Amino acid sequence: MDFDLNKAQKLLQQSARDFFARECKPERVRELMATDTAYDDGLWRAMADQGWTGLIIPEEFGGLGLSLVDLIAVGEEMGRACLPGPFLSTLWAAALIDRAGGEGQRKLYLEPIAAGDMKATVALLEADADWNPESVQLRAEKEGKDFRLRGRKEFVTDAEVADLIICVARGNDGLVLAPVVKGAKGMKIDATPGVDASRKLYSVEFDDVVAPEADALAFNTRTLDAVESATAIAVVALCAEMLGVMQWTLENAVEYAKTRQQFGKPIGVYQAVQHQLADMFLMAEGARSALYYAAWSVSENDPSAKLAVSVAKACCSDAAREVGNRGAQVHGGIGFTWEHNLQLYYKRAKASEIMFGDANYHREEIARKVVDGDEG
Amino acid sequence: MDLNLTPEQRQFRDELRAWLQSNAPSPWSGSKAEEEKGPYFEYLRNWQREVSEGGWAAISWPKEYGGRDAKLIEMAILQEEWARAEAPPLINSLGLYLIGPTIIAVGTEEQKARFLPKIVSAEEIWCQGFSEPNAGSDVASLATKATLDGDHFVVNGQKIWTSLAHVADWCLLLTRTDSNAPKHKGITALLVDMHSPGVAVRPLKQMTGDASFNEVFFDNVRVPVANALGEVNKGWQTAITTLMNERANLGAGTYVIFKRNLDELIERVRQTKRVQNPLFRQKLAQAYVELEVFRLTNMRSLTRISQTGVPGPEGSILKLQWSEFNQRFAQTAMEALGPHAQSWGFDGGRWVFNYLRARANTIEAGTSEILRNIVAERVLGLPKSY
Repeated sequence: MDFDLNKAQKLLQQSARDFFARECKPERVRELMATDTAYDDGLWRAMADQGWTGLIIPEEFGGLGLSLVDLIAVGEEMGRACLPGPFLSTLWAAALIDRAGGEGQRKLYLEPIAAGDMKATVALLEADADWNPESVQLRAEKEGKDFRLRGRKEFVTDAEVADLIICVARGNDGLVLAPVVKGAKGMKIDATPGVDASRKLYSVEFDDVVAPEADALAFNTRTLDAVESATAIAVVALCAEMLGVMQWTLENAVEYAKTRQQFGKPIGVYQAVQHQLADMFLMAEGARSALYYAAWSVSENDPSAKLAVSVAKACCSDAAREVGNRGAQVHGGIGFTWEHNLQLYYKRAKASEIMFGDANYHREEIARKVVDGDEG
Repeated sequence: MDLNLTPEQRQFRDELRAWLQSNAPSPWSGSKAEEEKGPYFEYLRNWQREVSEGGWAAISWPKEYGGRDAKLIEMAILQEEWARAEAPPLINSLGLYLIGPTIIAVGTEEQKARFLPKIVSAEEIWCQGFSEPNAGSDVASLATKATLDGDHFVVNGQKIWTSLAHVADWCLLLTRTDSNAPKHKGITALLVDMHSPGVAVRPLKQMTGDASFNEVFFDNVRVPVANALGEVNKGWQTAITTLMNERANLGAGTYVIFKRNLDELIERVRQTKRVQNPLFRQKLAQAYVELEVFRLTNMRSLTRISQTGVPGPEGSILKLQWSEFNQRFAQTAMEALGPHAQSWGFDGGRWVFNYLRARANTIEAGTSEILRNIVAERVLGLPKSY
């Protein structure tokens, strides 16, 4: 039994940490957050040069063909850097295309995504803001050889910068996954300013958008499976980011407690402060355990994978928020200022907690499995 | 990352599982009164003798002392299988997991030959005399005095919270041998015969009604100098070795017991309308999450210890996790079962017992406050607060 990143994964993680320390400094993060899309083409290209835009995309489509465990090694560093931009959105869309797309579609989309030439996202949520794909209502009406998409999607991440939006719609026979390219006629994108300006949210109106049936990624029951398993991958990647957010917060709070002096001593000498920091460490370590297991079980197609992903997201959601709270408390007044970088991570933690369902949502998922005995 | 057992580990597990299946006795159904060496004590002692004859009692010890040189992962497998088979506990657990390893680490050859075999066979039961009325978390401030008199120490003082003292034949006793030295430097660990004249044991009844702790009084008890474990006045190092073993050994078996408790609670809740109440569903799911995190953190610790070779602060982290989990879980069970939960007649009183017993979890074997201090200082590198 070996429950740790291996040597190559640790090296990959270190190189990612060095890369982001160089290419994605906090000042740059703040500049990007102040823009409309939080997208930096130069940074994206540099990430593509590292191969990370295609990290888990199969080698036949120009990706690195690595596993989800490799991905979380890099993902943690993205969180530590509070990386802005459409990495997670594109990963989610790529995972969906990889699972639901035919050979031609996979080649068509995955090659440019791996090369860094295409950003993408998934439009799932609607006005009721339910993460369960089965509650999707946006209509895909069949007319001749086309689907006509009619309705509105909410909280679509990075829609403005995306070259491709996979719209999860409801057809007569179940869910339809319709790829819609940037600038498609009838598609209108409006910003939804949210708590975390490093990952932009949008409302996307589909007003009779034409999507040829031949382009749709998959049909009927397979579609739901594909959405669920692609989302599981994105959830694991998000949890890795959240762990990085926690690590940043913990390390900075510890450093602050060692240097900030009150009553003639560093505040880290007082147990009231020590125990806040010890709790932050325990929460981050617990989250790490849950994350590693989720990544491993998804990459091994373990039967418990869905449950493990919900455990990880429930755990990381509560932990990221609470580590942020304790970290802010240890910092005192300075941690509440706009000037201190803690606020960037505090907000990122909150938005990440919400994305793909918070702890309450995932605990209900867990209850369905372990209390009701629902295997699905 | 590979969470599967190796073929060797699987073989070890299968062999043990088969042995337990054919050898574990039927569960004890009589009274468990622990005040004296009654039938339950003899039942447990016989069981450990059989286990030692099967070669399963001290598997982590070196082969020459009756062990198997088992690695930590095999220890974890053993604890899991034990809990899974619902096999009775080993009565001499303090000897096997704490005192034996300490004797192996710092004892003389004579001490090893004299004491180790009888720990394995449970022929001699051990207790651990560390805490005193005025030395709890601050064990190093202990006052029980050992004065040199020829080739003997003469011991006077009192210990408290001493598990198994009422049935023990021997005690690993921390004593003060130099009152002028700084508190960590005047301590000597002694191996004391509990049958010596001057030793008196008084059981302490707990909140649960059980009496598994004791007070132990030492009145001019003579202990041969040859029974010092480790060097004289260097007993603190000996004590640390024991405490590290104490915290490193809590894990896999505990998980299986907690998991069984959770499964049985869920089964109980399913029989009520509460199964549809979102509040209880959330709490049961949260218990599942916390238990998973404990299981997985334990596996990560095993991986790390097998890489570095020594138990580190991992034990403190796991102890914090399981003790606080069990208290929250015990409360969830009380809420989910409603008025039945308080009854000593419902499910054999297991829920009310667990609720009361869990209260001690964050106090025994290192309080949560001390463990957080350890995490803050040794893991996070914060300055010492005391």
